[in-house]
Amino acid sequence: MKQPTSIRKRLFFQLAAVAAVLSLAFVMVVRGVASQAAEGTQDDILAASATAIADSLTSEDGKVTLELPYSALSMLGTINEDRVFYRVMVQGETLTGYADLPVTRSPRRLDTPAFSTEIYRGDEVRVASVLRRVANTATGSEVVVSVAQTRSGLAAISRRITITATSVGLLFFLLATTLSLLAANSALRPLRRMTGAVTRRGPSDLRPVTAEAPKELVPLVDALNSFMGRLRSSLSRTEDLISEAAHRVRTPLATVRTQAEVTHRKLNKPEHKKAIRDMIRAIDESSRSAGQILDHAMVTFRADSLALDPLDLAALINETCDRLAPTAGLKDIALLRELPDRPVPFNGDGIMLQAALHNILDNAIKYSPEDSDITVRIASGSELRISIADQGRGFGGMDLKDLTTRYSRGANVGDVVGSGLGLTIADEVAHAHGGRLELSHSKEGQGACVSLILPYV
Amino acid sequence: MRYLLIEDNQKLAGAIVERLQLDGHAVDHADRLDAASACMDVADYDLILLDIMLPDGDGRDFLQRQRRAEKRTPVIVITARSAVSDRISLLDLGADDYITKPFDFAELEARCRAVMRRQGGAADNQKTFEGTVLNLTTGALQFGDASTNLRNRELRLLEVFFAAPGQVFSKSHLIDRMFSFSDEASENAIEVYVARLRKRLEGSGARIETVRGLGYRMIPA
Repeated sequence: MKQPTSIRKRLFFQLAAVAAVLSLAFVMVVRGVASQAAEGTQDDILAASATAIADSLTSEDGKVTLELPYSALSMLGTINEDRVFYRVMVQGETLTGYADLPVTRSPRRLDTPAFSTEIYRGDEVRVASVLRRVANTATGSEVVVSVAQTRSGLAAISRRITITATSVGLLFFLLATTLSLLAANSALRPLRRMTGAVTRRGPSDLRPVTAEAPKELVPLVDALNSFMGRLRSSLSRTEDLISEAAHRVRTPLATVRTQAEVTHRKLNKPEHKKAIRDMIRAIDESSRSAGQILDHAMVTFRADSLALDPLDLAALINETCDRLAPTAGLKDIALLRELPDRPVPFNGDGIMLQAALHNILDNAIKYSPEDSDITVRIASGSELRISIADQGRGFGGMDLKDLTTRYSRGANVGDVVGSGLGLTIADEVAHAHGGRLELSHSKEGQGACVSLILPYV
Repeated sequence: MRYLLIEDNQKLAGAIVERLQLDGHAVDHADRLDAASACMDVADYDLILLDIMLPDGDGRDFLQRQRRAEKRTPVIVITARSAVSDRISLLDLGADDYITKPFDFAELEARCRAVMRRQGGAADNQKTFEGTVLNLTTGALQFGDASTNLRNRELRLLEVFFAAPGQVFSKSHLIDRMFSFSDEASENAIEVYVARLRKRLEGSGARIETVRGLGYRMIPA
């Protein structure tokens, strides 16, 4: 799968690359300028030295003579420990100095020093040559004064400069990289804030996003808000549709069922009564299934983005039991509650938990024999355990795991009305809260025990 | 008991009225909210059955107006919706209970009893026969100094006899009154409950007599 591209990474790498190029350029420029400056200094001294020597050239008896001024060479000693060579040539003949010292060939212009870099005795040397015309004869002689110096001092200087420049460049790069990391983070902070504002929402919160957005994100926020607006109106249309459909279907069903009850009361023949009873049961079955399918859809929808509200589970269980007590009473079934007197705090989705409890209890009532007890207990330890035990027919040796799968019903349900969604709903609610549904055989007698186990978050 | 039924569907309303009358209740029917308000101005009701979708408004608004006006007549909402979240919001609005269409009248009756017990308006809903008092809401049976509480089915059975003392009721009629349609009831079950009631009535001024081949009736002891 393709990794999603990260704006932060891209921004960071781009800024870092710019910093790297700048650092590199800085090092190169500093190195170039510094070595050029150093070379220039050496050239200036060499030229001064050669000129000083040339200035002490005299003509004596038509011959060119030289009283070598030692200051001319000693000034070269200011640069490091480098060795110094010189050569004075008159008309191509060496007058004094190192006869094998290479001489700068060009350009040859009077009194303008020329420079070249040569190899002498295995070392690189910088040579400065000055051309001077000495009037010893009628025509005069051309004298070339060359002064040379090895360049190890210069190399050392250049090395030092390079090291300093590189360290400064590296430091700059590191600083710039850190800053670009911070910049990338801070540039994306509004985006993160907006993401948080959207993801923290509950399942049905479709209000527009009001988190402050920078100018560049305003179009995105607007698009998101308009999308949520459309979703909201679509959901409310769906809700209206379901409500309308439920009304249109359930109202005539209620009419039929009521009329059937009236008719049933008036009929005398057992076979007629049975037919009406069967009809009423079919109506009950379809109504119950429709209710469970709606509950199931609601649970699936809410599980996607679970609301974690502070709840009192004891109150929730009491409310659900109060609600179902009249239904249970029709079969003389007592709903016994073994609940603590104090509140049982839990963070969860109250509507989903109520749907789960309602469906478990409804199932228990349906499968319980008349004149029996259903016991609701709550036990808290490392996790919360709400168990609902009945004295009914139990799970009849069926694989307990299969019972929570959608539309599967126990093997021994016989004639009892049911769609098989009840335990599936409870199971999904448990899973949405990070818990599970446990089915076992009840301790009292041979009935079933359904436990909703919820971990504390 | 006197009911006010607020329901705009004429066929359903007619069926409900007939069904409630079969159990001996008085029912007024209003098909709009304004008609319902008019009914409430002239009569006192033990219980209001309220539909939510009405032509001249939402039943929930009616409910809120009632509660704001401190009118405490118990209200059971008849709703076509069944999602849990809807149920919760109904109770928040001040409904005492709700029942989902289509509904079982035995369940409706059980819910009415539960609501009236909670409201404390049960005292006057009782019948007397030969010094024996049966409270139809709480299921309390009193004679002399003795008082017992009947279970739901015992109450529903004895209620039939108290409604018409001396009248003979067939087993099949009694089955109809006692069991809901999801139960598979046999005539033997009636014998079991009659035996229980006889035990409950021991020492009272009433007894249940078997009329061979016809059924049972309640006569003075």
